Amino acid sequence: MHETAIAQNLLEIVKEQALLYGAKRVTRIRIKVGALSGVVPEALRFAFQVLSRGGVAEGARLEIEEVPSRIRCEDCGVFEGTPFLVCPNCGKLAELLSGRELEIESMEIEDGGEGS
Amino acid sequence: MEVKVVKDILEANEVIAEENRRLFEREGLYVLNLMGAPGAGKTSLLERTIELLKDRWKVGVLEGDIATTRDSERIASYGVPVVQINTGGACHLDGNMVRGGLGALELKGLEVLFVENVGNLVCPAEFNIGEDDKAMILSVTEGDDKPLKYPLMFQVSSLLLLNKIDLLPYVDFDVERFKEYARRVNPQIEIIEISCKTGQGLSDWVRWLELRIAQKVK
Repeated sequence: MHETAIAQNLLEIVKEQALLYGAKRVTRIRIKVGALSGVVPEALRFAFQVLSRGGVAEGARLEIEEVPSRIRCEDCGVFEGTPFLVCPNCGKLAELLSGRELEIESMEIEDGGEGS
Repeated sequence: MEVKVVKDILEANEVIAEENRRLFEREGLYVLNLMGAPGAGKTSLLERTIELLKDRWKVGVLEGDIATTRDSERIASYGVPVVQINTGGACHLDGNMVRGGLGALELKGLEVLFVENVGNLVCPAEFNIGEDDKAMILSVTEGDDKPLKYPLMFQVSSLLLLNKIDLLPYVDFDVERFKEYARRVNPQIEIIEISCKTGQGLSDWVRWLELRIAQKVK
């Protein structure tokens, strides 16, 4: 449900960057969403599509890389796809390597074209 | 043209949360963000806690609610300052909504601020508001598998209050299994069993709270 708020935050960053680069249009946006972030990619995509209407990012393709959760136990190694922060093997406290991401990576823009 | 951005999508919220945090620091105010599902007992816990604390500390409350003022009316009847934040449909409070609510609250002289988040086990976990601690409350009627289904909220919380333990004889809730799940998701989480109805465990909760308040308040 909070995907709308996240899409709004994402759109603000995109608009700000588009202005910075003098972009006429944003055609593609790449983001990373961690498995532990609680974000549903489809809901995010839908919210972004609706919120971006009429602006520079309208119609932009949102490419979502879903990052699996990964933890590392110093004795037993790396485990993927677990919500736990303890080692599934020995029960020791593990370090979270990935899974909490909510990041914009890059965007594809068409520039204004003046003078070029 | 491809341009690199590499930014936290919730960066704008982090900036505001940090500003809130600095304000709380300046005012010597301890702030607790209370989260939990609808009906877990957030407002009841605050009612009981205010009764126990209000002669010793100056307490205020920010009430997050999607639309109504029911909860803030309950809290106001205890004679403490309370400000209602209607999120207008949003499923969580963020730094900016809290900042808006603070404008309507006299912070001078206040020592403890409880922020009751919108009833929800998912969304509030993602948004920092500048709080000192996040605490979550879960009632035994919600089921003992919740840490597995909603790990993020358990991961960001320092304290987990297990409420309505007076109902344990009537529900299939395995307290030990629940605690084991919660600690596998967040090995550092502290767990206190309480009943807002009978008062059981509330002294442990108040002890946890007052230790933290005393560290923050000058």
